Amino acid sequence: MFWNRVMETIRPEELADLQLKRLKWTLRQAQEVGLYQRKFREAGVSPDDIRTLDDVEKLPFTYKSELRAGYPFGLFAVPLREIVRIHTTSGTTGKPTVVGYTCNDLENWSELIARNMTMIGLGEDDIFQNAVNYGLFTGGLGFHYGAEKIGMTVIPSATGNTRRQIEMIEDFGVTAIHCTPSYALHLAEVAESMGKTLDTLQTGIFGAEAWSENMRVELERRLDLKAYDSYGLSEMYGPGVAFECLERSGLHLWHDFYLAEIIDSETGERLAPGERGELVITPLTKEALPLIRYRTGDVTRLIDNECACGRGQKIEKITGRCDDMLVIRGINVFPSQIEHVLRSLPEVGEQFMVYVDRVKHLDEMAIEVEMTRAGFSGELKDLARIQKMIAGELQSALGIRTSVKLVEPGSLPRFEGKAKRVVDRRGVL
Amino acid sequence: MEKPYIIKQISIFSENRPGRLAAIAGALRDAEINIFAFSIAEANGFGVVRALVDRPEDAHRRLTDLGFRVSFTEVIGIRMRDEPGGLSEIASVLGDLGVNIEYAYAYSGRDGAILIVRVDRIEDAIRQILDRGGELLKTPSSR
Repeated sequence: MFWNRVMETIRPEELADLQLKRLKWTLRQAQEVGLYQRKFREAGVSPDDIRTLDDVEKLPFTYKSELRAGYPFGLFAVPLREIVRIHTTSGTTGKPTVVGYTCNDLENWSELIARNMTMIGLGEDDIFQNAVNYGLFTGGLGFHYGAEKIGMTVIPSATGNTRRQIEMIEDFGVTAIHCTPSYALHLAEVAESMGKTLDTLQTGIFGAEAWSENMRVELERRLDLKAYDSYGLSEMYGPGVAFECLERSGLHLWHDFYLAEIIDSETGERLAPGERGELVITPLTKEALPLIRYRTGDVTRLIDNECACGRGQKIEKITGRCDDMLVIRGINVFPSQIEHVLRSLPEVGEQFMVYVDRVKHLDEMAIEVEMTRAGFSGELKDLARIQKMIAGELQSALGIRTSVKLVEPGSLPRFEGKAKRVVDRRGVL
Repeated sequence: MEKPYIIKQISIFSENRPGRLAAIAGALRDAEINIFAFSIAEANGFGVVRALVDRPEDAHRRLTDLGFRVSFTEVIGIRMRDEPGGLSEIASVLGDLGVNIEYAYAYSGRDGAILIVRVDRIEDAIRQILDRGGELLKTPSSR
């Protein structure tokens, strides 16, 4: 099943022409942004120098930190009156990264989701429960509008209240669900405890976290559905960048919307076809927030063999990150955000350790911090108050609940080289 | 007049893991500081070791030098009869006076039984206990 057969099965030479045309358009759009005027000047390139697709290598990379530095609207290429939607994603320090959308951007984004969902056989007859955070997180509204576009019956259930979610699946006869893979496991467990078999559920779309083939087997067994991987990032609209087809051996990246490169994250050099490295994307149609060679930080490779479904080149399921970003319950967390919060609190030192565990299939983050002299009055109740205050500050900065543990000064490890402050004990999902 | 009865308790922040009490006690042993009462209060993953010692200033300095977080807390020590009803008597007095106990611990030794309490309005409490004929422990330096 195709949503847009022409574009989904476009021949390579035609695709290359289209990509080049759109790349040139994107460069003109980027010229509207102060950051890119400066970056092109510093790199000694002008959009006119880009005559072939391979010329993209002459262009400078864009980093997440540059998006953050442009907070809030510094990277928008259109006036605010043309922006119809704002989403944000956690940045590496206190400020979030802001992404904006024009009407056309939202239309393009829905098109991508529509393609993805049609590709796995979903359509008008399906009842779709969108069990992800609605709001600033792109996963909620992104899937919502794409699902409506193809005529599904959409239940914007959002997150939380798992028992109610299960009742809805049963009472409404839900056939497809979208959530994080870890939440899906939690859902399975609660359903089992309630004695519910969720017979109508046939399709699971899982994203916002990296997950393994073992996890797929477990989810399919316990929820009795077919599980599909969804990949995206807010900087590229949100979910929808790449998606598994019925073959489920790699994710189809939509090459008419995204120009993908795989690079060595250390040297920035482009890798040979099929080699695994950092995914770098130049979106080709973005009006509000054009980006040039955006460093996703996600590790994958381009798969060369043709897919039986007839669509274009796939990427391998994301296997990890090449920076220290953590994904906790679908939310991006950088250790530097934690550091930023702790620095502002005189009661604790700047040393910290983060432990990430999976408890009952949900991610839990514990943070150890050292007491300072200023933080210790001698009274237990003051310590409990400090602990609560730190957890509150972290929650407002990170958007997730953490458990804070106070430890003795000098007891946390000191690092001479690159600090290893994060101990992720979740293993691969 | 209340001053000599205000006792400096040392409070030491400690993680809740094996060996921490041994480290604190070892430091006091090496400094030849005697502990005559102590307790451990614990919360989520950490605790506070509270102790009455013969040389509180020395203990504070020594432990701080070793990297512990230490602070002084003012408490009072009330002498109790070391027989059935001793605690009841003292607790009733405090209750009647409207003195709230934040925490307390006790020891019973050669010179009788002592209830160590952290109260609100400490000077008020001292005065009223003495007025009611109660007997209070004096700080080590003024003994």
